[in-house]
Amino acid sequence: MNEPILEAGAVEQGTSLWKDAWIRLRRNRLAVFGLVVLVSFVILALLTPWIAPYAYDDQNLDLGATPPSAAHWLGTDIFGRDLLTQILYGGRISLAVGFVATAVALLIGVTWGAVAGYVGGRVDAVMMRLVDILYALPFMIFIVLLMVVFGRNLLLLFLAIGAVEWLTMARIMRGQVQTLRQQEFVEAAVSLGLSPATIIWRHLVPNALGPIIVYTTLTIPSVMLLEAFLSFLGLGVQPPQTSWGLLISYGAETMEEYPWLLIFPGAALTLTLFALNFLGDGLRDALDVRGSTD
Amino acid sequence: MWKFVASRLLQAVPVILAVITVTFFLVRVAPGGPFDSEKAVIPEVKAALEAQYRLDQPLFQQYVAYLGDLAQGELGPSFKYPGRSVNELIAAGLPATAELGLYALLVAICIGGVAGVIASLKPNTAQDYIPMSLAMIGICMPTFLLGPLLVLVFGIHLEWLPVSGWGDMPGDKLLPSLTLGAAYAAYVARLSRAGMLEVLSQDYIRTARAKGLPEWQVITRHALRGGLMPVVAFLGPAFAGLLAGSFVVETIFQIPGLGRFYVQAAFNRDYTMILGTTVFLSTLIVLFNLASDVLAAWLNPRLRSQFGEA
Repeated sequence: MNEPILEAGAVEQGTSLWKDAWIRLRRNRLAVFGLVVLVSFVILALLTPWIAPYAYDDQNLDLGATPPSAAHWLGTDIFGRDLLTQILYGGRISLAVGFVATAVALLIGVTWGAVAGYVGGRVDAVMMRLVDILYALPFMIFIVLLMVVFGRNLLLLFLAIGAVEWLTMARIMRGQVQTLRQQEFVEAAVSLGLSPATIIWRHLVPNALGPIIVYTTLTIPSVMLLEAFLSFLGLGVQPPQTSWGLLISYGAETMEEYPWLLIFPGAALTLTLFALNFLGDGLRDALDVRGSTD
Repeated sequence: MWKFVASRLLQAVPVILAVITVTFFLVRVAPGGPFDSEKAVIPEVKAALEAQYRLDQPLFQQYVAYLGDLAQGELGPSFKYPGRSVNELIAAGLPATAELGLYALLVAICIGGVAGVIASLKPNTAQDYIPMSLAMIGICMPTFLLGPLLVLVFGIHLEWLPVSGWGDMPGDKLLPSLTLGAAYAAYVARLSRAGMLEVLSQDYIRTARAKGLPEWQVITRHALRGGLMPVVAFLGPAFAGLLAGSFVVETIFQIPGLGRFYVQAAFNRDYTMILGTTVFLSTLIVLFNLASDVLAAWLNPRLRSQFGEA
């Protein structure tokens, strides 16, 4: 008697939302390519201190700038520093800025949007009006200003970029929560006497994970681009630390004689941005997220 | 319609005021006074300078006085270059920047729009994939990488075009405009493709085809207007991006424009210059956003009817 019921249960177990999305994502070749590139770059960044062929501050002024060779796969810069080592260490900073600043944006945006959407009414109106006003501010100019006024340190860079990028996330999250809060499981949670904070974090946020993940994947490249932009102008990451934006800036100065110093860091940055955008687009299709991500 | 414009203008006022206030106080709380770097300034000279720049007054009074100056269109003197005012500098830099921005916008709309429309006509064929892959490259390739690469190929190796300057040699405006416009062309291509695809599936397009219009007329007279709506809405945000991009492009190609002045002022810690330029650029961006919204509303009959006037 019990057997048919068990079987029915087993069949239903087969396709959860996430499994389904994973299957769809795997069919998208560009998205898989993006995922593979991204994961390998992250692994390389994590292992850099152990796998970098030379020490970070290893100079060889007698050697000078040399094109790619067996000893230096990507060549050396004018101080005789190994370019591959520089790119690996620069990638650590660029990726770290991308992930940490996005995490800051994620935390502010999700909280802000969820509270506005859940509380509603006048609180919502005021909170979202503030987002509208901030949207109209020219943030690129503000970040330049912040970096000038408070000096150019990495922590400020994280905070400044994160503080800019949370706005769209807040809008997306608010829209999600507004539709979710009408549903019975939220009503049930309210009648159980759960606090609003618990309802938001335990019940609403997990149900909005799809759009959050997709938008996060698309925020990371724009954050990395912002960091590279600032570093290129000399207002971002400062020596002795380095980042891809800074390496591109050095490369552009000497590209006439030593084009590889521009091309390899440029390729690293472009490839990463490609990977993230493909993965983001793929995730959007796989999780079937529609709406205001662009 | 005018009501809409007026209400949007009213909304822009607090935004601009917020920009001015935040920028002003940020610059004033910055560590290090503007005259700290000069060695041993005679106390009398320092006092005279501080009086000239109103630094001897309480902060709030300085703020009110600054607002008064702004109301008269006076952006203040430069800290680093005595005798030069921010107004003069903007007057000197704006023409080149405005011209560069205009050309870049033309590049974006013409190349991007055409590519997007072409792609939308035969979706999921080579005619779609090729322009869209190029657009993806355009989005992922930062301006500060594309610029040097274009210089390397067309300026240094092929020697077809000058590598820097603005209006000094024939053709020297081409590379900067292309560099700045490329990323926006890519966005415009994606937006116009998506917009066109949506419009082309509408009933009124089927009607136009059914009454026997040639295909190119269906596209130019019926589809384009609706299909390019997302592009118009994108122009406002794009303008802010173009300005930021001009910082980089003007630095790479050594164009004497506003963007390069701004970056230089940032490096020199020329606070009044940064303050003045930020206020000016921000106001410009807010107004441009407004214009783009109004244009989008005016082009969209559904939105227009909301204002009770056609």
